[in-house]
Amino acid sequence: MEELKEKVISLPRLGEPAPSFESTTTHGVLKLEDFKGNWLIMFSHPADFTPVCTTEFIAFAEIYPELQKRGVELLGLSVDSVSSHIAWVRNVEEKTGVKIPFPIIADLNKEVSLAYGMIHPGQSKTETVRCVFIIDPKQIIRTVLYYPLTTGRNMQEILRIIDALQMADEHHVATPANWKPGEKVVVPPPNTQEGAEERVKEGYECVDWYLCRKKI
Amino acid sequence: MACISPDGKLSESGMKMLNTLKSGSATPEDVARIALPPLFRVRSGLRELAQAGIVKTDGDKYLVTEKGMALKS
Repeated sequence: MEELKEKVISLPRLGEPAPSFESTTTHGVLKLEDFKGNWLIMFSHPADFTPVCTTEFIAFAEIYPELQKRGVELLGLSVDSVSSHIAWVRNVEEKTGVKIPFPIIADLNKEVSLAYGMIHPGQSKTETVRCVFIIDPKQIIRTVLYYPLTTGRNMQEILRIIDALQMADEHHVATPANWKPGEKVVVPPPNTQEGAEERVKEGYECVDWYLCRKKI
Repeated sequence: MACISPDGKLSESGMKMLNTLKSGSATPEDVARIALPPLFRVRSGLRELAQAGIVKTDGDKYLVTEKGMALKS
């Protein structure tokens, strides 16, 4: 328990390199650096053969083609064995017709779960909570989401975050609340008085110098 | 997918990677483009084939060893 507490304190944070790993998965042994150059959504689920997790895996499989178009790979994780993962994904395919196309880490020794802070003892001392780590092509953590055991994740929000991050990286802009692709983005505010005076004359749609929008 | 089964046989994906390399050395990116996306699977598979002595690295490229050449397509 002491060791667990120590690991939880060192949670990976946004803007930091994702903790490296080498793990047994349903697609063989994979290392974090195998994904270098691609975006990666690494997510944990509490356990195989459980209802909410099954709906989430089907939903992740459904958005996988959209993720691929955006250069994003998926990697699941739980503390179940690889045999359990294989049996579960085969059962999902048999019962629902949905093939799970992405690998799942079998983190039996909890090494990856602890490195990524996926076990929250207040929720469960043995299972991982529903974490989502969005890792960029340079393997920097760009988003962290935690959902409780009882709440399945929203795939459209995950896709929206990917779109927003890629938009921000490509065009050096930010995205406002509830932004969706195709909508106006926020121009980063100037950081000098001179810049503020010029900003309102630059042709953007401005509420004031610090909140200007433009169409990409 | 693992490229080599516990009984030592090459899987379909392992064989695809090996056959791609038999026509010349290539980087994992080249192999993924020619034979088998996604890239993460190729990187992992080539590492496995290298550990088994079927391929070896030459800088950032992989090439087939004598042991690999002896394996039938």
